[in-house]
Amino acid sequence: MAGGRRIVTAANDAAQAEGISVGMGLTDAKVLRPDVGIDEADFAGDAAALLRMARWCDRFSPWTVPDGQDGIFLDVTGCAHLFGGEAGLVAQLVARLRRQGIKGRAAIADSAGTAWAIARFGGGDTAVVPGGGARQALADLPVAALRLEPKVAALLMRLGLRRIGELYAMPRASLAVRCGEALAVRLDEALDRTPEPLSPLSPERLRWTRRTFAEPIMAAEAIAASTQKLLDTLCRQLAEEDAGARKLTLSLYRVDGRVEEATIGTAMPSRDPRHLLHLFRERLPLIDPGLGIEDMVLTATLAERLTPIQLGFDNAPVEDNTDLAALIDRLTTRLGARALARPALRASHIPERAVRFQPALDKQSPLLWDARKRRPVRLLARPELIEAMAMVPDEPPFSFRWRHLHHRVCRADGPERIAPEWWREAAETRDYYCVEDEAGRRFWLYRAGFYKPDVAPRWFLHGLFA
Amino acid sequence: MAKAAQKREQAAKLDALRRQLAALEQGNRGGAVLPFGVPVIDAALPGGGLALGAVHEVEGAAAEEEDGAVAAAFLAGILARLSPARPVLWCLKRPDLHAPGLALFGLKPQRLILARAPNDSEILWVMEEGLRSAALAAVVGEITGVSMTATRRLQLAAENSGVTGFLLHRESSTAASSAVTRWRVAALPGSLTPGEPGVGRAQWQVELLRCRGAVPAMWKMEGCDATGSVSLSAAMADRLALSQQAAG
Repeated sequence: MAGGRRIVTAANDAAQAEGISVGMGLTDAKVLRPDVGIDEADFAGDAAALLRMARWCDRFSPWTVPDGQDGIFLDVTGCAHLFGGEAGLVAQLVARLRRQGIKGRAAIADSAGTAWAIARFGGGDTAVVPGGGARQALADLPVAALRLEPKVAALLMRLGLRRIGELYAMPRASLAVRCGEALAVRLDEALDRTPEPLSPLSPERLRWTRRTFAEPIMAAEAIAASTQKLLDTLCRQLAEEDAGARKLTLSLYRVDGRVEEATIGTAMPSRDPRHLLHLFRERLPLIDPGLGIEDMVLTATLAERLTPIQLGFDNAPVEDNTDLAALIDRLTTRLGARALARPALRASHIPERAVRFQPALDKQSPLLWDARKRRPVRLLARPELIEAMAMVPDEPPFSFRWRHLHHRVCRADGPERIAPEWWREAAETRDYYCVEDEAGRRFWLYRAGFYKPDVAPRWFLHGLFA
Repeated sequence: MAKAAQKREQAAKLDALRRQLAALEQGNRGGAVLPFGVPVIDAALPGGGLALGAVHEVEGAAAEEEDGAVAAAFLAGILARLSPARPVLWCLKRPDLHAPGLALFGLKPQRLILARAPNDSEILWVMEEGLRSAALAAVVGEITGVSMTATRRLQLAAENSGVTGFLLHRESSTAASSAVTRWRVAALPGSLTPGEPGVGRAQWQVELLRCRGAVPAMWKMEGCDATGSVSLSAAMADRLALSQQAAG
């Protein structure tokens, strides 16, 4: 729809054969072929599909980015050998797309601009422009292949410049003056005189390894076995770099074009394939192989330096946490990252704030607990209101009822007054008592707030002593 | 003559079998133990202490059971004395364990790794993983129920790694288990003379309910001190001394 006029935004081969072209009014198209099938354009859906496809292309290069409405750039530097050369890569790419029912054209060239031009205007489905051959390959293409704005393209037409080759002879400065800087830049980019930066979908991933299957695999054992092989290869790579993985992502490319992913994290950098496989075993059952998986890519999305264990003066390893780290990783993978923690003391008098939970392998807090302060073994998540009876406001209760049970207080220690931290929101001062009932059970009770003549004091039970 | 020789041979065979049985009953292979440091208790336990590389069960008494405070403190005292001082993995459902409180019984917060799991079966899984890892000194799991098979798995894992496991029951269960010992600890009213203010040092009643290769027993003792050591309560120690005098 443009200004209330419905126009054709895309047409398939059959429609184009009937003379229907993009940009034509819908009414004109209907005149040409009254029974033409019409679908509302869904630009957002198209963009999402293109993004999905760009991710799918991940298997050919880690460096992919959707371009415009109908293109995808891949930086295949250093990837082609995995597919039997550049020609093999484009052939596989186009063939695989075709299997999904997508008609695509692919070209490899020195610059993104040239590849864009050849893929769209080059004629064939696949093309590889040899290194330094861009100038010659582009010469015969129409100027529109330079990704120009319609206005600039029309201007060039008026000037009688139809082919890119005709621009080569023009002085760059006069081109820029007459037709705008954009044309000169595009020409430079196409001829690889100016680099054109692409921002990829996924961050740079250098540590990755890939397996392709002649026959799609579906069985869980087959997936696990392939994961193991990938891990073996990746861990060797990591060892060469003295690195260890902190985070690994396994991408499984399904036959139907969808991508399944499994990610694991480790508490300490690791390159032990057995340990990492153990972690993946928790995740693999969640993978839905669909009709089969044809490609698997394992990437170390986060890697850190991991040098061989350092030896101390007496030739004993300084501090070897690897066993513990391996255990913690296994537990974390199953229970979740927040399930595992190490208590660390914090400089706060408020009992519920005195302990902080930190990741199990973090550096230990140097604070030591002051043994003169008596603290319960169990601290309730939230102090519970109790019915307590005290003779005098400033004394511990002589009996109380907690969770429907009545306790008579036989002994008591206290009070220990704990004032709220003034920089926090208003809270009440608490007077804590350690009381023992007739059976010998010990409780930590407190009275909230100061004594007020007409207000009954509120008592809480906060913890249990041993 | 031949008959006498045959009998002697039989007796020797039986003796060997009995020894084998006794070794089996003790459960742990290496035979390493952690003594309590109290002669009467250590004498009652096979090997002279708590078997290491084995699984033990601890429960609270009656109303105390659900809170598990005394049981946790009793365990903290044992864990504090384990050496080398490797970390202790403590698996539980509700994070109500208070590290400063355990520190008073000798278990340093730095050694504690808490694992929170949603149910018994997950806790048992965590325990088994922990018991297989030589990086730990011990594994504690707070559970409400456990099957014979599950304790057997834990026991096997503990025997293989030498890591000691403790099941802390937070609900009474009478199910059979493969654990080497089962303890019940309960709080006793304090030792101070009535009328005197203050709660003083905790008094516990520690019962050895079940132990392979030993008879059940019961002691009254004082709560662990800051090094995790226990001692018999004054009254009981006096009585013991008296009976020893009488015997001597």
